[in-house]
Amino acid sequence: MHPVLKLVAQRLTLGLLLLFAVSLLIFIGTEALPGDVAQAILGQSATPEALANLRESLGLNRPAYVRFFEWLGGILTGDFGVALTNGQDIGQAIGQRLGNTLFLASCAAAISVPLAILLGLVAARYNGRWPDKVISGITLSTISLPEFVAAYFVIFLLTQVIPIFQPVAMVFPGMSFLDRLQAVALPVIVLVLVVLAHMMRMTRAAILNVMQSAYIETAELKGLSPMRVIWQHAFPNAIAPIISVVVLNLAYLVVGVVVVEVVFGYNALGQYLVDHVSKRDLPVVQAVGLIFAAVYIGLNILADVISIIANPRLRHPK
Amino acid sequence: MNTEFDYLLKRAARGMMSRREFVGRASALGISAAMANTLLASAAQAQEPVKGGVIRAGVSGGESTNSLDPALAASPAPFAVSMLWGEMLVIVNEKGEVEPRVAEEISSNADATEWKFKIRSGVEFHDGKTVTAEDVVATLKRHTDEKAQSGALGIVQGISEMTSEGDMVTLKLASANADLPFLLADYHLQIQPGGGYDNPNAGIGAGPYKVVSFEPGVRVVFERHANYFDNTIGHADGAEILVINDNTARTAALQSGQVHMINRVDPKIVELLTGVPGVSIERAAGRGHYVFIMHADTAPFDNNDLRMALKYAINRQELVDKILGGFGSVGNDFPINAAYPYFDASIPQREFDLAKAAEHYKASGHDGSPIILRTAPGAFPGAVEAAQLFQQSAAAAGIPLEVKVEPDDGYWSNVWNVEPFCASYWGGRPVQDQMYSTAYASTADWNDTRFKNARFDELLVAARGELDGEKRKAMYSEMAMLVRDEGGVICPMFNEFVEARRAEVGGWFVDPTHELMNGRALAKCWLNA
Repeated sequence: MHPVLKLVAQRLTLGLLLLFAVSLLIFIGTEALPGDVAQAILGQSATPEALANLRESLGLNRPAYVRFFEWLGGILTGDFGVALTNGQDIGQAIGQRLGNTLFLASCAAAISVPLAILLGLVAARYNGRWPDKVISGITLSTISLPEFVAAYFVIFLLTQVIPIFQPVAMVFPGMSFLDRLQAVALPVIVLVLVVLAHMMRMTRAAILNVMQSAYIETAELKGLSPMRVIWQHAFPNAIAPIISVVVLNLAYLVVGVVVVEVVFGYNALGQYLVDHVSKRDLPVVQAVGLIFAAVYIGLNILADVISIIANPRLRHPK
Repeated sequence: MNTEFDYLLKRAARGMMSRREFVGRASALGISAAMANTLLASAAQAQEPVKGGVIRAGVSGGESTNSLDPALAASPAPFAVSMLWGEMLVIVNEKGEVEPRVAEEISSNADATEWKFKIRSGVEFHDGKTVTAEDVVATLKRHTDEKAQSGALGIVQGISEMTSEGDMVTLKLASANADLPFLLADYHLQIQPGGGYDNPNAGIGAGPYKVVSFEPGVRVVFERHANYFDNTIGHADGAEILVINDNTARTAALQSGQVHMINRVDPKIVELLTGVPGVSIERAAGRGHYVFIMHADTAPFDNNDLRMALKYAINRQELVDKILGGFGSVGNDFPINAAYPYFDASIPQREFDLAKAAEHYKASGHDGSPIILRTAPGAFPGAVEAAQLFQQSAAAAGIPLEVKVEPDDGYWSNVWNVEPFCASYWGGRPVQDQMYSTAYASTADWNDTRFKNARFDELLVAARGELDGEKRKAMYSEMAMLVRDEGGVICPMFNEFVEARRAEVGGWFVDPTHELMNGRALAKCWLNA
């Protein structure tokens, strides 16, 4: 077998094992929370009879391990079950919201990744001079702002002072692509501000690292322009660390943006997960948790594979 | 009045002319400014509703766990949603009176143990079926079924027999209750076809708007129910409820015109919003109140002197000013205020009195160890700060309170109704009997102050069947005094519903029953072009 294929197979198997472990952890975590689904659903209005009835009808009286394996069996056959709280089909609800999550993440990635790399290259080219300092200064200050502060600032600026966007970013089936883009404009701006610095700094650092090498000096002595040296000679050799950090940020854009979702009322997976955690809706929490874990693990495998392919020494091991 | 004046009046009422301009032009016609203003006000009130458009509300308090089953509605968004698609036998109106809806006439026997509701003819469900007495009985029956997990279980449990004959529904009660129609105005009791047994989540009812699409915790889209029986409400062609839980985003959505009205305006920003053009703040003093509750049967709170010491040691006005931003009124250590029928306004207000507090504290013989007050950010908005203010004023009277902040998560299961002293809230109930029966009767599940008083229980039952208003008021007054002077509840304040709407929203009025004009704001208001 080709070493790369073998490596991918290995990583996939490990990933699946990891997923199982994660599902177990999520289950134990939700069990350990104070109160149970019945109490969470009824809240302050819980009477002892209503609680007992609800527990009975939700099957909460059975041992935890029985419920865990029943659920795992369902997932493997493609059945996520129904939400305990409102009886909605989980697979269907997640499908739509996952789509929204990926849409927001892709929009943010489509802007932030090229922009971050470009800025990183420019910063490396003018290392230590004013363009480098301006780029680093701006991106580091935007990453230092908590997301909700950035979000409120953007809402204030672009809906009140210059009213060109809507503060509430909900998207619905039947909206045209352009309407959707218009709706998610504000959350995308915030996410770009948040993830830009990390990728930009990593690109800059990786390039600068490579720039110390002898072959760069050779290229410079051949008389190539500095931007061409960076683009053709330095960048391809710095790609592995850049890919890692880009993928890490992509994963963050998918699983870590719940604050932005809440502030803009964006109907994606994060908000859906949080609502169901607070109601102890275990099937939903597990399903969404697994999806998030799968995205994270999947993207990390992807990062590994790309780094290997991009690096001839890893591609052709001796 | 001459025709030119009529013309000016109409223009001014529609907002096509400023008040100043109107008064000036009117005085040119020989009409005094005061007179002109009065006429303008009545013209604006009598303004014709505008039909059409899509009216939108941004609502805080919705989750993606919500469903359309009215039995399960508990938070603000499901409440507002069910009040739009649903219709009940009766509703409590803005004057606190029972207003017949699906029921056309209500009558009872002399001792209020048997009630008859005549069903209005020609009321139609969204699926085209006519509302029958059988549907009404089936609906009430479904809520008695404990499997339905209805929030109205406690209400329908008291009905021992439900029957229908022709267009008449007869309800027999286990014990007399003169307030039954008020209880049936509970928002869980939306009439559903066949009682909603087939599919309680269908969202099909007889209300002014039909559900077109429902995405829990995000948005509900409605269209007007063309065959709705009451053509005085339901002006817009469509309505939408957007769930916007974030305060800043909700306010921004109102300011930018993405929604026309919002609930739960943060008292802290009311002052800032008042100056914003195109936005008005709407306040309604309701029955909701914030409380600190002591278990009257648990040491050290089993000592009435200690309870009185704590009641005197809280600065109610300070809490109203700082926690509610002035949008509320002081409480008097019983759960009733002027919004309730039979309220006795002559009961003296308990004052903040450190000397009396110290005196009672001394008399209680308490050992001076810290008294633990549990609170959480979600106990009520500002509950942690309120507890801290209470701690400071109590310290001034020499009472050692210790504030313990608990997590929101699990607060209602692990702290409230479990720990002997904690912060909580009540949304209030339409009538005194229901409030007292729910939380102050000795045997009530939610007697969260463990208040057990034989005289109180006796009065509660007697008042429930008393049809003479004067006698009833006297009984409720005595009960209030018992709770006020012996109970375990410290009720520092009644909160107001603070909401906001855009200027183009017409037809808004104050309804203290519940927020957003008892959930009917989208149906009762209209959009001025």
